[in-house]
Amino acid sequence: MNVHEYQAKEMLARFGVPVPKGGLATTPQEAAGVARELGAPAFVVKAQVHAGGRGKAGGVKVCKSVDEVQAAAQAILGMHLISHQTGPEGKLVRKVWVEAATEIARELYVAVVLDRGAERLAVMASPDGGMDIEEVAAATPERIFSTRIDPGQPLWDFQCRQLLFGCGLDAAQVRQGTGLLQALVELATAKDATQVEINPLAVTAQGKLVALDAKINFDDSGLRRNPDVAALKDPTETDELELAATELGLNYIRLEGNVGTMVNGAGLAMATMDVIKMAGAQPANFLDVGGGASEEMITKGFEIILDDPKVEAILINIFGGILRCDVLAAGVVGAARKMDLKVPLVVRLEGTNVAEGRRILDESGLNFSVAGSMSEAAAKVAQVLEGAA
Amino acid sequence: MSILVNKDSRIVVQGLTGKEGMFHAEQMIAYGSKVVAGVTPGKAGQSVLGVPVFHTVADAKAATGADVSLIFVPAAFAADAACEASAAGVELVVVISEHIPVMDMIRAKAFLNARGTLMVGPNCPGVITPGQCKVGIMPGYIHTPGGVGVVSRSGTLTYEVVHQITQAGLGQSTCIGIGGDPIIGLNFVQLLELFREDPGTQAVCLIGEIGGDAEEKAAAVVAAGYPKPVFGFVAGLTAPPGKRMGHAGAIISGAKGRAQDKLAAMEAAGITVIRALGEFGATVASKLR
Repeated sequence: MNVHEYQAKEMLARFGVPVPKGGLATTPQEAAGVARELGAPAFVVKAQVHAGGRGKAGGVKVCKSVDEVQAAAQAILGMHLISHQTGPEGKLVRKVWVEAATEIARELYVAVVLDRGAERLAVMASPDGGMDIEEVAAATPERIFSTRIDPGQPLWDFQCRQLLFGCGLDAAQVRQGTGLLQALVELATAKDATQVEINPLAVTAQGKLVALDAKINFDDSGLRRNPDVAALKDPTETDELELAATELGLNYIRLEGNVGTMVNGAGLAMATMDVIKMAGAQPANFLDVGGGASEEMITKGFEIILDDPKVEAILINIFGGILRCDVLAAGVVGAARKMDLKVPLVVRLEGTNVAEGRRILDESGLNFSVAGSMSEAAAKVAQVLEGAA
Repeated sequence: MSILVNKDSRIVVQGLTGKEGMFHAEQMIAYGSKVVAGVTPGKAGQSVLGVPVFHTVADAKAATGADVSLIFVPAAFAADAACEASAAGVELVVVISEHIPVMDMIRAKAFLNARGTLMVGPNCPGVITPGQCKVGIMPGYIHTPGGVGVVSRSGTLTYEVVHQITQAGLGQSTCIGIGGDPIIGLNFVQLLELFREDPGTQAVCLIGEIGGDAEEKAAAVVAAGYPKPVFGFVAGLTAPPGKRMGHAGAIISGAKGRAQDKLAAMEAAGITVIRALGEFGATVASKLR
């Protein structure tokens, strides 16, 4: 789960990481009020959306007065911020974060991330803050310093010294940075975060370290034991169909195509999307109704798929393992009747009691196209779409 | 021959008295697996499906000689359960549970590694050596004894592939669902090494998906010289970047973990890549004949 910059900064502050003073605003007037209260010589107004590249997209403005803050908030609130991470339609900005501007001497990059290959947390630092770290990694990998934390061990001071002296900090800054890096690790460990990134970490004109931007990604599987983190979820940042699906207990992701899919199991669901593409069509969604799909889940799946107006055909691909195909077929028929289905439906059933399952589909009187294999399912989808065109 | 489990494997089910544990233990016993013990703290002395239940894995192991553990306990307790099995000296721990926090797995994996315990999963269907022993939730009847080893990051996709291999007239030596999480037990590379030494395995199928670099590492092993034909499939060519596709580990991060890169690495290593899933079984059969 991703959170907003302001939420990440509040979380960092709780763990003792210095962040600029600021406040959240949903109207230009509120933004001016926050600035007035801060009473700083300069301010930064920042769009709060879940996307990187906000600066280049016009979502970050430096202001010299309260009036300028109000004007900047006026311009940013309500804009559709378009960056390389948002897609062409952009993201509607509903909130801005107003903070006291920091006098920056230099900018670093620091992060704690899950290193999947090493099966532990890695800590990274670079003197090239404020840049896209993947670009730094590609162009000048020697300017990224990293270390790993052995499970059950702390992030030792010496590891921090290696990273921070490597970034060219002086001894006093290294001492401050050591505490800061250890706080990031403590946050990640305590709150089940798989990524805590500060980019840039500013060295101020006074030589202090301050987190100017922050990105935290939390492990979805850890949310249950971190209710304070779960409460940070912003439903307006999630596609409404995906949100509805989550509430129904379904794993759904909306895509751009016109063939809706419903599959049991995540891997098979991805493979089914790929099969649709290979047949010359485009998947409208990823939908995993769970390894042991039931009639109830299939009915819910139909509801979600049909709420997407782009869907012109549906491919159901179920591998009946422990659950029998005849039960699943009855579920599909029941759900299709209930939903008064208008788009053509291709059903591919395989597994236990498959013959009985296919018979139930054939005899339902509904307009199903029944496929035996994956290859046949793909061909039938292409066929159905041609018929519709 | 086979790897990991066979007709002599003695299985303890942690969470036997729960709904899922009981259901799948019954299926396993019907398949012929030797389920010798169950563990549910607080329920020692009970008997479920004719299997004795113990408070702890240590008790279960002492009384029954169990050497494989199958874990069905809820996610919040699963890492602890895996460590308990490891501490008790169980050789192989199979974790079915889904949604285990990554931080728990980091610690549990280190605990198991330190004791030399092998783990399969979590978030997986388990392990089966057809005709001998089923440790997991896969439908037994789609499998048939034979010489094809199958390793997969996904559940129902494994069933699809296994079913096709069986339909094509071949059988499987051992099939392992390694799980869809970012941190897992045995991986493609380790299982390729086990299959390398197994005289009962003539070929290996690797069923991958987006996220991480397990497929690339497996390709490197094959490229360095592998004595048996290897077949590969990767799900998620159409998956958008930055979105978790059901499995916690199935996510394209920036330009990392993309299906096309994994397929390219496999092809360059000499792995027979199958892009059309419907043709998997037939392709394997035609190459092995």
